[in-house]
Amino acid sequence: MKKHGFLYELRKNKALFLMAAPAVLLTFFLAYLPMSGLVLAFKNFNYSLGVFGSAWNGFDNFAYLFQSGTGWLITRNTILYNLMNLITSQFVAVIVAIIISEMVGRLYKRFVQSVIFLPYFISWVIVGIFAYNLFNYETGVLNGLLRAMGSEPLNLYTSENAWMWVFIICLFNMWKWTGYNSIIYIAAITGIDAECYEAADIDGANIFHKIWYITFPAIRPTIITMILLQVGRILRGDFEMFYQLVGSSGQLFQVTDVIDTYVFRSLATSGNLGMTAAASFYQSAVCFILVIVVNKIVSKIDQDSALF
Amino acid sequence: MPKTTSVRSNKIKVAGATIAFNVIGYILISILALVCLIPFIILISGSFSVEQEIRLHGLSILPQGFSTEAYEFVFRQPMDIIRAYGITIFITAVGAGVGLILLTMTAFVISRKDFKYRNVISFYFYFTTLFNGGMVCTYIFFIRYYHLKDSLLALILPGLCPVFYMLIMRNFIQALPTALIESAKIDGAGEVRIFFQIVLPLLGSGLATIGLFIALGYWNDWYNAMLYINSEWKFPLQYMLYNMTQKAAAMSRIATLLGIPVEDLPSTTLKLAMAVIATGPIILLYPFLQKYFVKGVTIGSVKG
Repeated sequence: MKKHGFLYELRKNKALFLMAAPAVLLTFFLAYLPMSGLVLAFKNFNYSLGVFGSAWNGFDNFAYLFQSGTGWLITRNTILYNLMNLITSQFVAVIVAIIISEMVGRLYKRFVQSVIFLPYFISWVIVGIFAYNLFNYETGVLNGLLRAMGSEPLNLYTSENAWMWVFIICLFNMWKWTGYNSIIYIAAITGIDAECYEAADIDGANIFHKIWYITFPAIRPTIITMILLQVGRILRGDFEMFYQLVGSSGQLFQVTDVIDTYVFRSLATSGNLGMTAAASFYQSAVCFILVIVVNKIVSKIDQDSALF
Repeated sequence: MPKTTSVRSNKIKVAGATIAFNVIGYILISILALVCLIPFIILISGSFSVEQEIRLHGLSILPQGFSTEAYEFVFRQPMDIIRAYGITIFITAVGAGVGLILLTMTAFVISRKDFKYRNVISFYFYFTTLFNGGMVCTYIFFIRYYHLKDSLLALILPGLCPVFYMLIMRNFIQALPTALIESAKIDGAGEVRIFFQIVLPLLGSGLATIGLFIALGYWNDWYNAMLYINSEWKFPLQYMLYNMTQKAAAMSRIATLLGIPVEDLPSTTLKLAMAVIATGPIILLYPFLQKYFVKGVTIGSVKG
């Protein structure tokens, strides 16, 4: 089968290779070449010597990262936020999709769907402005309401009240993504055979029976796929969200710092780049292994739900 | 006749459950829709409020007093915002145009079931979403080795070829009838010709959908500008807005331009007015473009 080697393919499909070439090259320069920068994780970075000239220092950067406690803190925060956001946003999206699918008034249905999808289109900068104007101490809507009711205003940007940001971040994440996620579930519900529901009607099932015994099982593969896609990102924080909602409010970092904001901050303040690269390396490596392992397990249980 | 009564009562029960479900459903969904809308309403009414009233009572859903002062301030020196709009429109148009061509060509290649290396190439792209150098490595390479500091290319290159959209585009192409491509091949058409003369014209809504997703990414980008751009005149819209809300320096620059003391600047309402102006085009275009995005999300959720 010598004629089916790479060179044979290259000659036969020259045009196809050429068409893919620009994107392949672009990705090489934007993604693959910079990966080599991860060697910094094992080096004592010195700007004048550059990435490849700096001296090696083994696993010192990883040791510092975790001995200082920062490594554990940002790992814990990233995982907990992602788990919470994953559960709440998918749960709400499923409920919303079921309700919207059952709605009868077409005009109102379309209107509501559009409004719920709208936040997806807004940049995090604008969302950050929303958050600030809702919660700031002087002119925020929340404190205006509290003052009007005669209560003490709340300063949310202090460390005593930092825990509230867990819920604020979760709510904003839901606000931004519910529309997007529910479209995916609505599409899955639309694909269910109408005969199932008709048969259930004849058997005297009510709407709750139908949702529980027909809709839920039918969209289960979609739910699993959505969760799997997110599990692979469990160590990746949504930088834009955290940065715009929390910004540089140092008092909140204990509760809100995730790996990505930590990496950005040390880049911005010219902190220890070796340690930062160590955090990035650890983040990517864990993600990669997780995706492979989870996919292996899923493909053993149910081949159709696997990602690849 | 006990049987008919039980059937009838069961029917009533079934109908009752449906009514109960719908009542609760409509209420919940209406609350959710309100929650999605309220921040926008606060933004708009805040921008039309009187600054002193806001300082006294805080923002709320209704405007505090009524004033167009903030907008008058913005448009007295409109050059900043016009320039930022120009930069954003430029990177959005170039990025979405070039990106769409690159991405569709590649998607065509990996959609071809008769092409032996399609899986290798797909994985080459997919791998970058699983493992990458992260912000630090990209930053170092952009600045030190590609010399993109303060270059508009640093805003365009990163969003040019998103892997996720490439896979959606592949789904769009695979939905086309394969017989068309096969018969063109039998007639002796080359791959390039098949792509440009057969696939592209049939891909209308797919191109619109993915083009809009890429464009939205560029329109809303502030992050790359924060990392790479120093000169204020190169700030895209979103980053200019962010910069203004964060930095007192940006506010005093506006005050100097207008020749007034900083304290007299209606800072809160001004920021809100700028946010309205920056978001306006998206909200206005949204009703017309929404269907393409819904289609994109739906097709993207079909596993390929």
